[in-house]
Amino acid sequence: MSLGITIVSHVPEIAEGLPKLLKQVAGDVSITTAGGTNDGDIGTSMEKIMQAFDDNEADNILAFYDLGSAKMNLEMAMEMSNKKVHLYDTALIEGAYTAASLIQAGVGLDEIEAQLKPLTIKD
Amino acid sequence: MTLTVDTLTSWMNNFADKIEVNKQYLSDLDTPIGDGDHGFNMSRGMEAVREKLTTKPVDLQAGFKNIAMALISTVGGASGPLYGTAFLEMAKKSSSTDDLGEVLKAALAGIQKRGGAKPGDKTMVDVWSELVPEVKAGTLSKDKIERAVESTKDMVAKKGRASYLGERSKGHVDPGSESSGYLFEALLETEGLL
Repeated sequence: MSLGITIVSHVPEIAEGLPKLLKQVAGDVSITTAGGTNDGDIGTSMEKIMQAFDDNEADNILAFYDLGSAKMNLEMAMEMSNKKVHLYDTALIEGAYTAASLIQAGVGLDEIEAQLKPLTIKD
Repeated sequence: MTLTVDTLTSWMNNFADKIEVNKQYLSDLDTPIGDGDHGFNMSRGMEAVREKLTTKPVDLQAGFKNIAMALISTVGGASGPLYGTAFLEMAKKSSSTDDLGEVLKAALAGIQKRGGAKPGDKTMVDVWSELVPEVKAGTLSKDKIERAVESTKDMVAKKGRASYLGERSKGHVDPGSESSGYLFEALLETEGLL
């Protein structure tokens, strides 16, 4: 089982910027992003999220998002994707950073999830 | 109640007209308690729906599915996945029944599953949960639609962008409830549907 990360944000720059931070501690982890609508406006796009899942080199994806409607589009994309996607309601930056550093360190999914749990801030 | 490809198409064109006329108003409602784009998002979505329906769908299920996909890929905000899911669920249900009340009941269940909102959370669920039983009972009226929409005004938002405002979300009609009100008004006005 290989683990990767997908970041979903309403803002293209947030989605593109966060991996720069993660790559500092997780140079070998596949990180893909979906930011903004299909037109590049503020919002999220199910198609972009599907593409981010497809582009990710891992077969198990840990997905992080910013606000509510990103989660809805994520869930729809998950229902249509062949990949195994795990969705976390954590603070976006802290959650993704924790996951990235643990994946890089070779930690398994169960232990990663245990460490993500206290970072949960959304439902 | 006869739901057919033709009545569905008139219903959607009627809904698209209402969204077009009121898009500024919907976005204005969304400004104090949201991100100010609900009307423009819905307008973009319903124009895509109108365009899609210019080619007559082979059956009801295909019609609903086309509507869903048009909304999901063009709306952008939360209303994309929510309305999109509603129409996807209607597509599924319409394979086994043409009873509009049953089809709308499936849509409401889909909206609740997707967004996790309950009645009283100041979302479109407040309008749908109030009006779907009225459609089923054959008692839907303009008055009831207006009352359902207006009831969201004094609620405190528990879901969506307005929920970040807490108590400050009071005193404003929920934009998603208003656009849902237009959907039910359009339904009421569509000849031969109810």
